[in-house]
Amino acid sequence: MSSGGISSDVLLQLDGISMHYGKGETAVTALSGVDLTVHAGELVAIMGASGSGKSTLLTIAGGLTTPTSGEVIVEGQWLSTASAAGIAALRRRTLGFVFQDFNLIPALSALENVMLPLDLDGWKRHKARSAAMEALRSVELENRANHFPDELSGGQQQRIAIARAVVGTRRIILADEPTGALDSTTGEVVLRMLRKRVDAGASGVLVTHDARHAAWADRIVFLRDGRVVDESVGQSVNSLLTPVTGP
Amino acid sequence: MSVRQSLLAILDQGPCYGYQLRSEFDRRTGSTWPLNVGQIYNTLDRLARDGLVGKLEANRSGPESAGQIYFRITEAGRSEVAGWLGSPVERTAATRDELAIKLAIAVTLPGVDIARVIQVQRAATLRNLQELTKTKNATGDPETSENLAWLLIVDSLIFQAEAEVRWLDHSEARLARASADGHAAPLPLDTEIPKRGRPSKAVSA
Repeated sequence: MSSGGISSDVLLQLDGISMHYGKGETAVTALSGVDLTVHAGELVAIMGASGSGKSTLLTIAGGLTTPTSGEVIVEGQWLSTASAAGIAALRRRTLGFVFQDFNLIPALSALENVMLPLDLDGWKRHKARSAAMEALRSVELENRANHFPDELSGGQQQRIAIARAVVGTRRIILADEPTGALDSTTGEVVLRMLRKRVDAGASGVLVTHDARHAAWADRIVFLRDGRVVDESVGQSVNSLLTPVTGP
Repeated sequence: MSVRQSLLAILDQGPCYGYQLRSEFDRRTGSTWPLNVGQIYNTLDRLARDGLVGKLEANRSGPESAGQIYFRITEAGRSEVAGWLGSPVERTAATRDELAIKLAIAVTLPGVDIARVIQVQRAATLRNLQELTKTKNATGDPETSENLAWLLIVDSLIFQAEAEVRWLDHSEARLARASADGHAAPLPLDTEIPKRGRPSKAVSA
């Protein structure tokens, strides 16, 4: 189905997403009527306390979980009308996940890890290799292409995961606490890479409980008890750096 | 704000005149705390009074130094700088944080949506954090000492903002627990009249 009425630069749209587990008195509401639109070149952070529904929202956005109600539209495709095979293809071609624990395959080199979604999608070997090298270059790790995950630092592994998330035609990065296993400085390097990829035309959804990491996003969406309670966008920095008094 | 010690520490690098000191202070702090020349000379006068700096005889060469009064650090001044660098900054106003007081008062008032007060503040603090992060991202890796000094200050503001958001998150959770336990009732005015205060005029019989 086409996406009539949706702006062409909208890569990801969630309309009225609700998610309930169980029935009757024991029913638990994880999400309730959540709307979210992510444009090309935009990084959106989802913040909220544990149990607020932010990770559930991410798995729904990525087609890993089917919501109780509401619609997910990825690059113009309604997931509710797509087959399981269609959603799987969408995940290979359009969506890339970045997890806290990297999720790289230990037996594959950095290059092979990045090539994997293209291999699974039937790309010719040399084209997949070329696209994977380009993705590695974008995270400044082309010189680690033949290293295995256990030969790389945590920060480098996460940058490989980002390269895998954007390889080939993939343009939507869904990141769940991507810096959770990294120290402050290394986490910042990873976020800088993520930001760079988004600035180059991708889009991203970053789930984090850390305000300092969320601040790398263009918009910050707060979830509380499964509902969006607020959104924040940036303002002028000048007021922050102007002192108020003398010594 | 330790302008006094900061200026002394700069003077430890060599004699300076007032305007030069201001310029040196600015470039080392990213101009985040601009000082006027009057403040600089007032501080220098006090430093001189305390024997921490002395005025340099006008024997420096070069046209740029013409008519300028240079100040140089004394041994006592160097000792003060060493003491400053080796001791912690005392944050004596910690209990007078404006936001903490605002929340403390708000939580005692009837009819105040404290969750909303917290959310409004958190959204504002996050907007600040976003802009600081943009500034940092645009600055990139430090390539000069001045750049490094500027990034240290931006980082400091970022971590302060982050700490504020974490504290707001914590306060929100604490208030939710207190509310669930029935411990978040507003405080009515105390009916017991304080013993001290302005005495009322005596009512004539």
